[in-house]
Amino acid sequence: MYTLELKVNGQPYKVEVKATANLLEVLRDKLGITSPKVGCETGDCGTCSVILNGKLVKSCLVNALTAQGAEVLTLEGLGRPGALHPLQQAFHEHYAAQCGFCTPGMIMAAKALLDENPQPTKEDVKHYLSGNLCRCTGYVKIVDAVMAAAEEMRR
Amino acid sequence: MALNVVGQRVKRYDGLAHVAGETKFVDDVIVPGMLWTKVFRSPVSKGTIKNIDTSAAEKVAGVAAVITGKDVPNNRYGWGGDQYVLNDTAVRYKGEPIAAVAAVDEDTAAEAVSLIKVDIEEETPVFDPLEAMKPDAPLVRPEGNVFMYGDRPFRAIVLGDVEAGFKEADLIVEGDYLHPWLEHAQLEPQTSLAVPDASGRLTVYTVSQALYLHLQSLCSVLQMPMNKVHYIGGTVGGGFGSKNDMHADHIAAVLALKTGRPVKWRWTREEEMLYSTAKGSWHMHFKDGVKKDGRIIARHVRSIHDSGAYVSLNAYVVDKHSFLVAGPYFIPNVYVQGYAVFTNKPPASSMRGFGITPATFAGEVQMDRIAEAVGIDPWEIRFINAFREGEHTATRRVLDSVALIEVMQTLAKTAGVQLPDRLMAMSSTQRR
Amino acid sequence: MKKRGVGIAAALYPTGMSGGGDSSQAIVKVKTDGTVDLIIGSCDIGQGAKTVLAQMAAEELGIGYDQVTVVNQDTDATPMCFGTFASRVTFVAGNAVVQAAREARSILFEVAAEDLEASPDDLVAADGKIFVRGAPDRAKTIAEVAGKANFAMRKLVVGRGHYMRNPSSPDPQTGQTDPFATLAWAAVLAEVEVDTDTGEVEILKLVTCYDVGRAINPLLAEGQIEGGTVMGIGATLMENLYPFYPTQAWQPESYHDYVIPTAADVPEIVSAIYECPSTNGPYGAKGIGEMTANVPAPAIINAIHDAIGVWITEVPVTPEKILKALEAKG
Repeated sequence: MYTLELKVNGQPYKVEVKATANLLEVLRDKLGITSPKVGCETGDCGTCSVILNGKLVKSCLVNALTAQGAEVLTLEGLGRPGALHPLQQAFHEHYAAQCGFCTPGMIMAAKALLDENPQPTKEDVKHYLSGNLCRCTGYVKIVDAVMAAAEEMRR
Repeated sequence: MALNVVGQRVKRYDGLAHVAGETKFVDDVIVPGMLWTKVFRSPVSKGTIKNIDTSAAEKVAGVAAVITGKDVPNNRYGWGGDQYVLNDTAVRYKGEPIAAVAAVDEDTAAEAVSLIKVDIEEETPVFDPLEAMKPDAPLVRPEGNVFMYGDRPFRAIVLGDVEAGFKEADLIVEGDYLHPWLEHAQLEPQTSLAVPDASGRLTVYTVSQALYLHLQSLCSVLQMPMNKVHYIGGTVGGGFGSKNDMHADHIAAVLALKTGRPVKWRWTREEEMLYSTAKGSWHMHFKDGVKKDGRIIARHVRSIHDSGAYVSLNAYVVDKHSFLVAGPYFIPNVYVQGYAVFTNKPPASSMRGFGITPATFAGEVQMDRIAEAVGIDPWEIRFINAFREGEHTATRRVLDSVALIEVMQTLAKTAGVQLPDRLMAMSSTQRR
Repeated sequence: MKKRGVGIAAALYPTGMSGGGDSSQAIVKVKTDGTVDLIIGSCDIGQGAKTVLAQMAAEELGIGYDQVTVVNQDTDATPMCFGTFASRVTFVAGNAVVQAAREARSILFEVAAEDLEASPDDLVAADGKIFVRGAPDRAKTIAEVAGKANFAMRKLVVGRGHYMRNPSSPDPQTGQTDPFATLAWAAVLAEVEVDTDTGEVEILKLVTCYDVGRAINPLLAEGQIEGGTVMGIGATLMENLYPFYPTQAWQPESYHDYVIPTAADVPEIVSAIYECPSTNGPYGAKGIGEMTANVPAPAIINAIHDAIGVWITEVPVTPEKILKALEAKG
């Protein structure tokens, strides 16, 4: 076991982890932060997407110890009810979440996109989100929500 | 009376919980002292189990229990009552569960599974449903490879006289179609958490799409009354038909009762792809008798459904296909033969669209081939044959609230397609 | 060379289990302040059961959608529902919810009748009030009535609903049967571009029209249509669980070999909703959840034929199949 120190959603944590543990298991099983989901564990589906030191990652592919000293942002840290982030508000308004399983990863991917490119086209959004699978919505309302949030954030 | 709430674009009931990351799926329920499950699956597609040796697995540090079929109070379940919770006689597909381990973590459970030794006398499997239908084919199941609808090996739908219709027709259009196996690919994998308590009750957190049918089914497996099993679910991370069959609750429940501890089983994506239920394939042959004016007056469809190794929902899936494979058109002479055929694959079952997905695919490509054969536009051929109010299907179900003509007119308007006035003037309420 | 084509397909789909016999129950419990618990056994698999069933309860009781709490997660509390499949919940559970809400409402009407000096049959519930039909000033708030029911009249305000179509077994010889509650109708138009050198098919646009009977919530109906349409695109162009069927060789083991559509694969989708009310569903609703995945494949394949003159009779339509078909055509 090794000691991992990191900040998640602004809060510092110190936990003992196995050398082989990935960031997703640490977030879920050690820290009880369950918005990142276990969808495939092979980096294909994107349900575990989080922002690590400002960059979008699939947390199932990140060895936890490489996040030593890192800052991690998950959906829990983006905004809370009553003070939602414009992306969360737009996903709700535009019906961009059906079953909700892909939603935490999808919103984090959209957050990373808007951090990089505050003025994306629809095509930009579609391509940026293509590492995050959704089987319910057909993505139409997800793309609409991201475009609406981008506009709201530019105001 | 005017409606106030119905018809409104109100926001999703649980939408705020979804976007805030608060929605709890089964895997998000984490109970102290929880054990994890891994399962020994059959390495062969067909064979007789001679011996199961779990002794080495039981000795692994951190293993709380290893179970086989003899530990299951009632080892048979499923829509056809023919599936094994843990097979201890003869396996029918590669990946069929034979033994299960509960241990302190997934790695320990997996290590124990690798030490389970099962002697299986391997037999010749059959994968092709067309081969499986032949009289000398290896038997997938003792009752035979074709599901019997009464005394017939197929569901028969007979309307009018299809042979007379073919004679009366100006031309015959035939087509063969193949629809493949499909996976639901829902994002949330099969997951179950079973928590026993001191009162003898078992609480099961489930991904089921059909909470009450699972309650009934699990009570039958455990031989417990319904008030001893407390099911919690109702929030599902995508279903599409993948969570009508019980995949994980039964094994987690037996392990929980055996160990007296909470047990979770979360399938890997690989297990999901290889071994969960799926939409089975369809081989379809259409033969249509058509008049020069575009009317289809006779249709014979012979459909063969690859059902995999167990009944599951397949007899129902073939029924649903057979009832409506003649399509949204009035055809006075219809003969349908729908076969459910067993092969040594994981069981097919329900998936969004059931047996009507292949019927719509084949039937609508066939419509365009008919249109080409008689030299009539694809829109017009559909208007000519579309069901009208008060007509009946091939099973003689009389129809109301018919709107195919209006739906096609709306589609044309939405797509900016200029249809001839005579088509735009038609109505489902006009008699043919 | 790139060639374009247009194709259409039409379809029907049954609502509820084929063969009937699939029940759903509902309980509507009115709290003493007039807010409501809707207790159902139906799962929400993402399609929005909680939303549309809450809308129906609110409609019948004359209260706001936000005053309904849905309890569906626990078999200790909830009554029987067959399950969320067969495009059945909006219709079957919906019918049960409407019945339950009306029974609860009739208890409120009995309580209110005395104060309003009217027959319960002449009362209406809307906008959070119970009032005399045609005389909206003669009114009590639902909160007042619900409170009076308990504190003065010693009544429990609970409604019960149950809906099930009679089972219908096919005749063994002819298959004659009345298997479904109602049918929904659909038509889809596809525009494609086929690259005759590479065999690749690009879907340029899909236009859809679905008869939903009555859109209980048009936003959610659109969600079903868009989601099903994209699942249909996957089934048409990408997905195959046994690529060397009928053998199990090279069976996909993950999402990188069982490829489903991503956001980047989605063409322009235009959806029209048509409403031809069913005679037996709640407010005329029909079930459309499943059928939306069925119609894209034939529309796309017919568009491919329009573009390059070949019939593809096996899905998925891979570039290999297109090139082979072109070669066979010569």
